[in-house]
Amino acid sequence: MADDTAMLALPAAERPRDLALGVFTRPRSKTGWRSWVNTVDHKKIGIMYGVSALVFLLIGGFEALLIRAQLWSPRNSLLSADQYNQVYTMHGTTMVFLVVMPIGAAFANYLMPLQIGARDVAFPRLNAFSFWCFLGGGIFLNSSWLLGGGADGGWFMYAPNSGVIYSPSHGIDFWNLGLIIAGIASLVGSVNLITTVINMRAPGMSLMKMPIFTWMTLVTQFLLLFAVPVITVAQFLLMFDRLFNANFFNVAQGANPLLWQHLFWIFGHPEVYLMILPAFGIVSDILPVFSRKPIFGYTFIVFSGVAIGFMGWGVWAHHMFVSGIGPVSVMVFSLTTMFIAVPTGVKILNWTATMVGGKLKFDTPMLFSIGLITMFTIGGLSGVSHSIAPADTQQTDTYYIVAHFHYVLFGGAFFGFVGGLYFWFPKAFGVLLNETLGKFNFWFMLIGFNLTFGPMHILGMQGMSRRIYTYDEGFGFTFWNRLATVGAFTLGSSILFLIFNIIYSVRRAKKLGLECPNDPWDARTLEWIAPNPTPEWNFDPIPTVTRVDDFWYRKYEETADHRLVRVATADEVVQHSNGAGVHLPSPSYWPLITAFGIPILCYGLIFTLWLALVGGLLIVAGLYGWALEPPDDPDAGHDHHDDHHGDAGGEHAGEPTEAEAGSEAKEMETVG
Amino acid sequence: MASVTVAEAHGHADHAHETNTGISNNKLAMWLFLGSECLLFGGLITTYLVYKTPLPGQKGPKEVFDIGFTSVSSFVLLMSSLTMVLGHSAIERGDHYRTRLWLTATASLGAVFLSGQIYEFTAFVKEGMGYTSSRFSSAFYTLTGFHGVHVTVGIIMLVSLILLSIRGKLPTERAETVEIVGLYWHFVDIVWVLIFAVVYLIPVGAPV
Repeated sequence: MADDTAMLALPAAERPRDLALGVFTRPRSKTGWRSWVNTVDHKKIGIMYGVSALVFLLIGGFEALLIRAQLWSPRNSLLSADQYNQVYTMHGTTMVFLVVMPIGAAFANYLMPLQIGARDVAFPRLNAFSFWCFLGGGIFLNSSWLLGGGADGGWFMYAPNSGVIYSPSHGIDFWNLGLIIAGIASLVGSVNLITTVINMRAPGMSLMKMPIFTWMTLVTQFLLLFAVPVITVAQFLLMFDRLFNANFFNVAQGANPLLWQHLFWIFGHPEVYLMILPAFGIVSDILPVFSRKPIFGYTFIVFSGVAIGFMGWGVWAHHMFVSGIGPVSVMVFSLTTMFIAVPTGVKILNWTATMVGGKLKFDTPMLFSIGLITMFTIGGLSGVSHSIAPADTQQTDTYYIVAHFHYVLFGGAFFGFVGGLYFWFPKAFGVLLNETLGKFNFWFMLIGFNLTFGPMHILGMQGMSRRIYTYDEGFGFTFWNRLATVGAFTLGSSILFLIFNIIYSVRRAKKLGLECPNDPWDARTLEWIAPNPTPEWNFDPIPTVTRVDDFWYRKYEETADHRLVRVATADEVVQHSNGAGVHLPSPSYWPLITAFGIPILCYGLIFTLWLALVGGLLIVAGLYGWALEPPDDPDAGHDHHDDHHGDAGGEHAGEPTEAEAGSEAKEMETVG
Repeated sequence: MASVTVAEAHGHADHAHETNTGISNNKLAMWLFLGSECLLFGGLITTYLVYKTPLPGQKGPKEVFDIGFTSVSSFVLLMSSLTMVLGHSAIERGDHYRTRLWLTATASLGAVFLSGQIYEFTAFVKEGMGYTSSRFSSAFYTLTGFHGVHVTVGIIMLVSLILLSIRGKLPTERAETVEIVGLYWHFVDIVWVLIFAVVYLIPVGAPV
């Protein structure tokens, strides 16, 4: 790349040195809000994903509490039927697309490059673009509350109920376009992260030496790569129907509403796996640390994850057993759904076997990991019961289903995420979260969670329907609903508890000047070779990897009789260089500007096409500014000619701009 | 063993542009993106197949399609893949004049195809088949329209390459950029082969 960059770096006299397209000063700030707005650093982007997801979690959580408050008593009138429809739709959409998915992206962005020994992702500016698209999409979606009401068709938005006739407000348009924007974020992110994993691993880091979280990220990103375009197609069809009177879901014109269900669930089922797999990866990296044993059956864990990735594509119609798809289809999808429980079961077995015979330490991350295993197993078992079509026919559209997917997505994915937060918080911020508060947080969350969703199994068996805003006195639903509502508020306060813990621990560390140890958990995976908090340059020099759990085996050696002997302290193993001369990609405003144009274009599609024109022009200007801006700032103060120039992590900084502009231009076109 | 684990790579400059696979990040990213595009067109083609028969009394493929005309414009688009290959080969040989020539030819052939599509759409609308007329028309215009947008984006990329080349910013070392745009262009062509076969060549049975 050295000569390549030389080719790209034009003589300084040929162009204005500071201005890209003559508009913006090349951003240089390393601190303050500007350093976040123009950042291309995967760590800052990861943190921004996490913080935004937390804000959306509070919004989605508030919506959940509204639902539970409404269901506190029979014939309650806190919410009208219409408001209730909007609230549960936006709750589901927010939690899936703006909380669980971006938290997965937050961990992937922050950790994956560290776990493979890279200095950044393959395309740092595209990474920033992904984040801003996600944030723009999320804000766009939620702005519907202020502009005529939220979407009201359920997060699955079945046709023809999603048509203008049944839902005349703009809520569904916001839902549609907001998720298309978030889809661009996911698609760009997946291309970027897959390229990073495949191409940018440190020397010696073969695929089968990667930490399991990185493996699960790879599978997740492949699922996104192939699932997102399918929902994008469905959403384009719905958008053309709603905004331009097309006939895709117009039954009067002979349209088939099942088309929507198929397209939605071909996306939707891989979607549930891509929500859970990052959490699986997180616990697979946490459990060995607190069991002080290597993961049991590394290969099995990896390949069961890959198997889930493949089989996840063959089960979508189990969401449609009652839609009349015919006995053969029902049977086939019943069987595939039963089969997919096998690789999931393999994982649970491996996690349990990892703990068996280990020296278990029950720190907060471990508690949350065990929480995931147990809660996910409950959710998995109720899931297998759905694969039996006759039983599912009874369960469809009842609270039994609601209980099931909250056990896998909250009890599974979210518990894993919180465990990961406790585990890697010192890595990202150099502060250990308070253990006592953490344990309290865990038990609060576990009890609140089970109180909320446990009773829903019973309510479902009793026949209580989902998505109905109220129930009658004599149905026998009141007691269990009250219990669930109490649980929901407990659960809500456990989230506040988590936020309190973060604020408390950070403040305390600042006040007492506490230094976080570099290896607080006696960890195993490569990211811990970098000091805490991770420096801007990640690694200096790039480590060479020899085996799985490389960091661990730099600290410990196995004797001839298979006993572990400590050979080095963590501080001897952790890197202490100052990163001098490391060449990092330069920050840029263009990803933000380009991403900013997309929601404007979408507002224009809904309200007035003139605004769409403005948004479109902004996108085009952003793309050309992006393409013409040299990826490396010649004045950034890096010494271009030192021998660090071509370090594995720095090389991508000199990527040719045109190809990037090309792939960008194609992103734009999927927006219309 | 300790000596092995202590060993660190210093990333010497001569190994710098080697990726783990040997494929550059840009090219790999384009391949991944095209993989994703397969699913996009997969969804659209499926939708078309579900809706290819109009309701009784509505204009359908039999009434509106002029297969001869579309065959010619399809041929034009396919030939643009040939000129694209020639353009890529020219820049690899360092022949920048011919690079520009062949890229211009590719963009022009693409533009001819697009004009054909615009002409075709206009003709159909004149015959009374608008976007909202039937489920068939919505599906037809959406599928072929998406493809048309892809061709347009490809032309924009080609024109950008030509302009870069004229200004001397597309040196032989960046031949891969042309190759990557070529990957996209060939993909769009291949998708058209599929669309042409599915939409124009497979006869439509009686309305269901």
